[in-house]
Amino acid sequence: MPIRINRCRMVVRPRPQYLAVMLSLIAWLPVTGTAQQHPQRIVSVVPALTEALFAIGANDQIVGVGSFDTMPSEIISLPRVGGLLDPDLEQIFSLRPDLVVLYGSQADQIEQLTRAGIATFSYIHGGLADSLSTLRRLGARTGREAAAQQVVSMIIARLANLDISLRGRRRPRALLVFGREPGSLRNIYASGGIGFLHDMLEAAGGHNVLAHVARESIQLTSEAILTTAPEVIIELTYNDRMTLDTQLAELAVWNRLSAVPAVRNQRVHLLLGTQFVRPGPRLAEATTAIARALHPDVVP
Amino acid sequence: MISRTVLTKPLTLAIDTVRAPEGLRRRTWLLQLAFGALALAACATAPLIGPTTISLRQVFDPAIPFAHNVDAQIFFIARLPRALAGALVGGALAGAGVVLQALLRNPLATPFTLGVSAGASLGAMLVISFGWPFAATGLPAVPVASFVGALGALAIVYALATIRRQGLSTLVLLLAGVTLNSLFSAIILFVQFLAEPTETLQAMRWVMGNLDIGNYRPILWAVPPLSVAFIIFARLPRALNLLTLGADSASTRGINVLATQRLAFLSASLATGAAVALAGPIGFIGIIIPHLVRLLVGADHRLVLPASTYLGAAFLVGCDVGARTLLSPMELPVGVITALLGGPFFLWLLVRHR
Repeated sequence: MPIRINRCRMVVRPRPQYLAVMLSLIAWLPVTGTAQQHPQRIVSVVPALTEALFAIGANDQIVGVGSFDTMPSEIISLPRVGGLLDPDLEQIFSLRPDLVVLYGSQADQIEQLTRAGIATFSYIHGGLADSLSTLRRLGARTGREAAAQQVVSMIIARLANLDISLRGRRRPRALLVFGREPGSLRNIYASGGIGFLHDMLEAAGGHNVLAHVARESIQLTSEAILTTAPEVIIELTYNDRMTLDTQLAELAVWNRLSAVPAVRNQRVHLLLGTQFVRPGPRLAEATTAIARALHPDVVP
Repeated sequence: MISRTVLTKPLTLAIDTVRAPEGLRRRTWLLQLAFGALALAACATAPLIGPTTISLRQVFDPAIPFAHNVDAQIFFIARLPRALAGALVGGALAGAGVVLQALLRNPLATPFTLGVSAGASLGAMLVISFGWPFAATGLPAVPVASFVGALGALAIVYALATIRRQGLSTLVLLLAGVTLNSLFSAIILFVQFLAEPTETLQAMRWVMGNLDIGNYRPILWAVPPLSVAFIIFARLPRALNLLTLGADSASTRGINVLATQRLAFLSASLATGAAVALAGPIGFIGIIIPHLVRLLVGADHRLVLPASTYLGAAFLVGCDVGARTLLSPMELPVGVITALLGGPFFLWLLVRHR
């Protein structure tokens, strides 16, 4: 027994070479960890911000993306590191990033990364203005202020042009749906009076029938759709691979509520694409598409 | 404690039946009538209540075409199908709860114990997450897929419980059901893991239950299996009374135990599968209503089974009125209301009766 105790003591006792390694580690950590230097190896698990990073020209700095990222096409060759609910920290560590872009709700991961000395950039989506300021903030953090400013200015210019062309026009009462059980009118999720979807709808020249409800998303009853009586229903789906048959079948589902003006006047629109559900650099494109559905005679 | 009460009561009731059959029959009949009237009243009044004031005169005004009649569409699309579906689902789940508690001789058995609802959930999750290849056929995607899932689970559990050809083992039934529940839950989690975040939201919402079906087709689809289940339920009570005493005891009293067990399992599973396909897995009804009824009227299945079915129907219809009214224009998950209302009320009743 005494021999084992001695052995233990020997192992625990620090040796000079370990001490040197530890010191060099401590010396190294602040440089890469807390530095507000411009990152050279970025991992992004937030689809909207991955798009934003490419839009501001940070292509060469990106070393890993989230599992749900689809845009732009350059990401195909990049390693995937999980998503919002299940980011793979081991995979992230192995990519040796100096900046990880995450969603604000990923508090645990942010803490773990911070403890490991890896800088994080987190955001929580809000309104249209928040999305634009996030783009600017991301630009500043990655050393691409000018490029980010340019992207933001482009978005603002396009939205301003849209606003000019829609000036003086009546704003149709519209319902913006972004989730529904396939093939039925159950579990309908629509945009309430706050958030980027609401802002996009208003910027596109519509009046949100749920503007008075201070929530980003509302699960609606079919009775509420009948009583709010929207003149236009815009349904967003990220699934841009939906076949034409399925699209027609999904649109036909609305016909049951024929007393709703939008249904009666065949003004239910299905808009496909990830740009509608990701508040990234394609915001202006998405808003223009919504405006086209609301004002087909004005917006080309 | 409750299990002892539940399991010993049929014996005294069986003796009561011998002593005063006329009185008991009359009481059973009257109480059934009362519970039935309650269910009917709930179905009749529910479509009249809602966040919007509608005029019944306008609802039934033949001069206004239905396509333009908002009040009629609120009544016939947004409210009436919900009340009818709520009654069918509530009745089916409560009835299935009674039957399974007797079959498994376990007061904690619920319609979701034997894996059928997990099978139904898996079917629904697959369609919600990966799409429906037959969209153009107009079949109601999620209900059909979840009913197919329920039938699959039913077949697996039944096959496992009868595989040794020594009758229907309720122990194997219970264990296979519980295991299948876990297995399907794991597959459901995996499916959700693979799905896009927006679909995961839809899937999570489906699990909370929803009666906003918006048309009558899903109800018509659910009627055949539910009718079969209810017809079998109507023939089961006497045999269930004896079955709760134990298989040996029941067989000495002239009950075909295997046939009864088979019918009980199939009818309860069919009812659960159809109910979950129609409205999602709405919890608490299948356990609370049967025990509530037992606390109110005793443990004789000739009364407990029909009374639970009617009370389950009335309860769910009432909860659904709350689901679509309380936070209007938002929909509150009906499963949340059944649990929030049912749980404390049941606990109060439990304490009061001791």
